[in-house]
Amino acid sequence: MSASTQQPSTTGAFISLIKRDLMLSYRHRNELLNPLLFFVIVVTLFPLGVSPEKQLLQTMAPGVIWVAALLAAMLSLDTLFKSDYEDGTLEQMMLSPHSNAVLVLAKIFSHWLVTGVPIILMAPLLGIFMFLPAEAVSTLMLTLLLGTPILSLVGAIGMALTLGLNRGGMLLSLLVLPLYIPVLIFSANAVDASMAGLEIKGQLYFLEALLVLSITLAPLAAAAALKISVE
Amino acid sequence: MKLPAIVHKFSSPKNFYIMSGKMIPWFMWSFLLSLFVGLYYGLFVAPPDYQQGESYRIMYIHVPAAWMSMFIYMIMAVSAAVGLIWRIKTADLMASVSAPIGAAFTFLALVTGSLWGKPMWGTYWVWDARLTSELILLFLYLGFIALQASIEDPRNAARAGAILLIVGVVNIPIIHYSVEWWSTLHQGATVAKFDKPSMHISMLIPLLVLATSFKLYYVASVLMRARGEILRREQNTRWVKEIVTGESS
Repeated sequence: MSASTQQPSTTGAFISLIKRDLMLSYRHRNELLNPLLFFVIVVTLFPLGVSPEKQLLQTMAPGVIWVAALLAAMLSLDTLFKSDYEDGTLEQMMLSPHSNAVLVLAKIFSHWLVTGVPIILMAPLLGIFMFLPAEAVSTLMLTLLLGTPILSLVGAIGMALTLGLNRGGMLLSLLVLPLYIPVLIFSANAVDASMAGLEIKGQLYFLEALLVLSITLAPLAAAAALKISVE
Repeated sequence: MKLPAIVHKFSSPKNFYIMSGKMIPWFMWSFLLSLFVGLYYGLFVAPPDYQQGESYRIMYIHVPAAWMSMFIYMIMAVSAAVGLIWRIKTADLMASVSAPIGAAFTFLALVTGSLWGKPMWGTYWVWDARLTSELILLFLYLGFIALQASIEDPRNAARAGAILLIVGVVNIPIIHYSVEWWSTLHQGATVAKFDKPSMHISMLIPLLVLATSFKLYYVASVLMRARGEILRREQNTRWVKEIVTGESS
């Protein structure tokens, strides 16, 4: 940035970074399909591998759909920092006067918009595949709405740590999946409970608390990890 | 906040190497002594349990190992944070050499837990909250070890590992309580609980002796590993060459 141009405010930088990332992902829109297809295919494998019996699939549905969402979210992390890291944009971002955590949050948010939201929208279809009752489908979408941002935020830390490494992919799953466990437990259980007609407020409160915690802390950790990776 | 200069002086690799060399025998001998005392009292002197008979004695290895698995993770996180904040090389080193020991204790706790589970629950594995948390802790250790192994530059490896450990420490209570909640929800009261309201003093003393003994072992072995690692990392300095070639001490 040349000295003559005016410095944008941090909010301005936040918004323009989101716009830029959304524009970039729009231009590479076929890449976004891959995690989504993965999500659908993994769930499709279960009736084939276990049994197409309605009762059985219904009992497994919340866990299976959520585990597939977890894996799809993890795979989609690959596009979060990679291209910016490779062409040096990330380095410039780290040098900017704005708080790195805020910029990282902007990247995570725009990444969630293009990877997390499609997963949420795809969920009803998978609910039909797995014979999930209608009221459980809405709970499933609600838990995905609360849960997938957590997956992106926590995953960003793991991605930032493994960015410069050769075989980062396998390592990423080892680092990130154990941290995803609480989200899995509470989300799958909320869907389960709503199928049984039980109250799900407790689980949702817990997911909300996790979301708030990860929005506040994860960008800081991810920014610190990115600093190590770009050095 | 600045650390007093004496901390930096004593934590310099050379001083640490010399000091720890003098400390290791003390820790090692007191470990062996407390191990024999603890095992003798635990296996022969302590009375059998009125419910579990003799098989409860595996507790004397299981419980201290499980305590160590959490204790070492905390030590690693604290020393990694110290290394990250004050750039103390020895603190970084402590975190990375502790990891395999911590993972080994976690593994030991899992194995003894499942061996204990066989006579008590009739099966080697139960998705009990504590066993599950311990398994996840093992994954966290392995993740840390794998991350350290895949970053070549030791300074970057230490910093990346430190971030992972700090993230892990924030997450461990969350994971632990969510697993606990999950397991009570799924199992009800089918699993026999071992929460005894109080343990008889004759059973408790060997347990505490062995817990101390495991900690002494940890200190001794972590110092040994740290010394080896210091020699490797500082191999190009003069003092290491002098020590290795034995020209002067």
